[in-house]
Amino acid sequence: MSEILRRDPRREWIARNRLHPEHLNVLAELGGSVGQGTVATEWMGPNGVMRKNPHAVGFIGPNGIKRIDRSGAQQAAAAGRGAGQASAATDDRRRVAIEAPAFLVAVVPDMPGGRLSSHDRDLLGLARQLADADDQRPGAVLAVVFGHHKEGAFDEAGVDRLMHFDDALFDGYAPEARLAALAAVEGELAPSHWLLPDSKLGGADLGRRLAARLQERPATGVWQIEPDATAPLGWRCTGRGAAGTTDIQRALPRIVLALPECAEPVAETRHGAQPLALSQPLPRLLARIEDLGQVAVDPAGVALAEAEFILSAGNGVKDWEGFHHAAKVLGATEGASRVAVDDGFMPRDRQVGATGTWVTARVYVAVGVSGAIQHLQGIQSCEKVVAVNLDPGCDMIKRADLAVIGDSASILAALVEMVERQRGEKRDAA
Amino acid sequence: MQPDAHETGANTEAVLEVAVLVSVGRHPLTGRARRADQDARGVELAKSLDRAHVTLLHAGEFDAESESAMRGYLGMGLPALTLVEQPHGADVVPALARALSDAQPQLVIAGGRAEQGEGSGLLPYLLAERLGWPLVSGLADVEKVEHGVATLLQALPRGQRRRLQVRLPAIVTVDAAASAARQSAFGPARRGEIEVEPAAVAWDEAQEEWSVSPARKRPKRLKIVKATSARERFKAAAAKAEGGGGQVLTDVTPEQGAEAIFKLLKEEGILR
Repeated sequence: MSEILRRDPRREWIARNRLHPEHLNVLAELGGSVGQGTVATEWMGPNGVMRKNPHAVGFIGPNGIKRIDRSGAQQAAAAGRGAGQASAATDDRRRVAIEAPAFLVAVVPDMPGGRLSSHDRDLLGLARQLADADDQRPGAVLAVVFGHHKEGAFDEAGVDRLMHFDDALFDGYAPEARLAALAAVEGELAPSHWLLPDSKLGGADLGRRLAARLQERPATGVWQIEPDATAPLGWRCTGRGAAGTTDIQRALPRIVLALPECAEPVAETRHGAQPLALSQPLPRLLARIEDLGQVAVDPAGVALAEAEFILSAGNGVKDWEGFHHAAKVLGATEGASRVAVDDGFMPRDRQVGATGTWVTARVYVAVGVSGAIQHLQGIQSCEKVVAVNLDPGCDMIKRADLAVIGDSASILAALVEMVERQRGEKRDAA
Repeated sequence: MQPDAHETGANTEAVLEVAVLVSVGRHPLTGRARRADQDARGVELAKSLDRAHVTLLHAGEFDAESESAMRGYLGMGLPALTLVEQPHGADVVPALARALSDAQPQLVIAGGRAEQGEGSGLLPYLLAERLGWPLVSGLADVEKVEHGVATLLQALPRGQRRRLQVRLPAIVTVDAAASAARQSAFGPARRGEIEVEPAAVAWDEAQEEWSVSPARKRPKRLKIVKATSARERFKAAAAKAEGGGGQVLTDVTPEQGAEAIFKLLKEEGILR
């Protein structure tokens, strides 16, 4: 393209004269890349000055009045390209591919329920800090994942290499098998850092075993790292000691057990998450610890705040016998909305919400709960919310990951029947 | 109590040798030495075992502070305690490993982590690695011990329990999920004997390079809103919690609705 700006005085004149029959066509041409059908509102003039057509701004609203929506949300939705544009706007994360990493930072996420927890994401953010510190020597973040998982967004969490040990051997409580796998990773890849979440029965257990096996002294309860040129690995860390009453500052060791919120999770980049495998199969070993499976605990005895699965009742529940029966069959802890408690159907200690208990359940089934803002606040940290309600417009439906519109009593009865039938089949098969 | 002491003395045919590792705790408010909470729960767990001979083991300095803490454990109804003498700043793992391999207990119970010093909770793991014994952490209860195999109940988050079997000898750690310790009684605490044993000293050199300060309050994480327009910023500030992209089933029979919920519960692994 030539640098000289060519002017067409006639077209400019048409563009200024909105009574000219070809006015709209010329405007569209000048607008260039702006889509067909819409009139250009802004274009680059011949002298490099932005020109605006204020008459083309806005759209005719439902009442025949011209509306201007500066956020662009309504107009884009009206033009039918809202979804595409919105996703393009959120997905502008930089793509990063590290082909030949100078070193590896190994992360062993907990993956409770088969997904990365927020603690895991914080840890991956910490790993990225370590890996990306030097532009000349970029490191790669290696995630070592055990067992079956449902996570699809390792790339967004900042994982460059993914090592997945998918074997029934690693299911349940199998610290010895996992430790053997980590020792094999250490032997083959020798990562320069090992990061594990300091979470009970997850990384805290495995990380300490790994440290004892590798004869490295780990830093535990780490919540902050800073660059420090005098330290052997170039970093200094601060961790909690003495049951959380002291802060210990020391040079960063190879194995780090970090607390939640130790770093910001990765948000601006997207990484490769290339699968990686060990060259040799893992040696078989005799497990001295045998997992006999979870023990059925009385769900009513579990505190509401830490229950994993809550069946919650609201004003829409009329068949209370059926509700209690369903909770018993499903093995769910019972919760209730304020209305159900006030009406005397449930005890006060079962109330969920801002005035009751803030729950952290992984699955929350709300039956006949309309979703007052106080109730929604109480279930903020729940992962999956299922709503059963008669009113399709209520707030709980908007929050829910799965909503079923219908009569709660019959749906619960069908669910109970389905679960019982499935258990019967399992018993027959066994 | 006097009868208690007689009972343990007479119980010579005890089959299970249990050693409990105890440490000097620190009261969270006053900072005074006390029996450590998790270790006391470990002693309680050992006392609840059937036909067990319980010995207490501590490695550390012997002074007025540690003596008062050790007497706290003795007051739970044990006649004696072995104190492996180690100076301040020593690495107690070699001395403890030697004491344990000499005593050869079947089951070693320890608290999850100490209330003083580094408090990394690493000691049981190092001992297990050194002795080559299996280790189970976060125990709630010991159900039974038969033919050299212990059946344990491990505490999972959210009030769940898991049953494990482990071959003895083994090391287990307990934390706040185990049953609370009984009160320490004054009489047995006075009467209990503390047997001090000298041991070789290995110094912990790395610890001298650390700087230790009282715990600072951690900065609270701010909610970061990445909005490009005023409208998005307003929405982020005023928004209610919304799942977004939820599936809504309308006009379905109760069976179809129940089927969808059942599928989701199955996927999440909630139903057993």
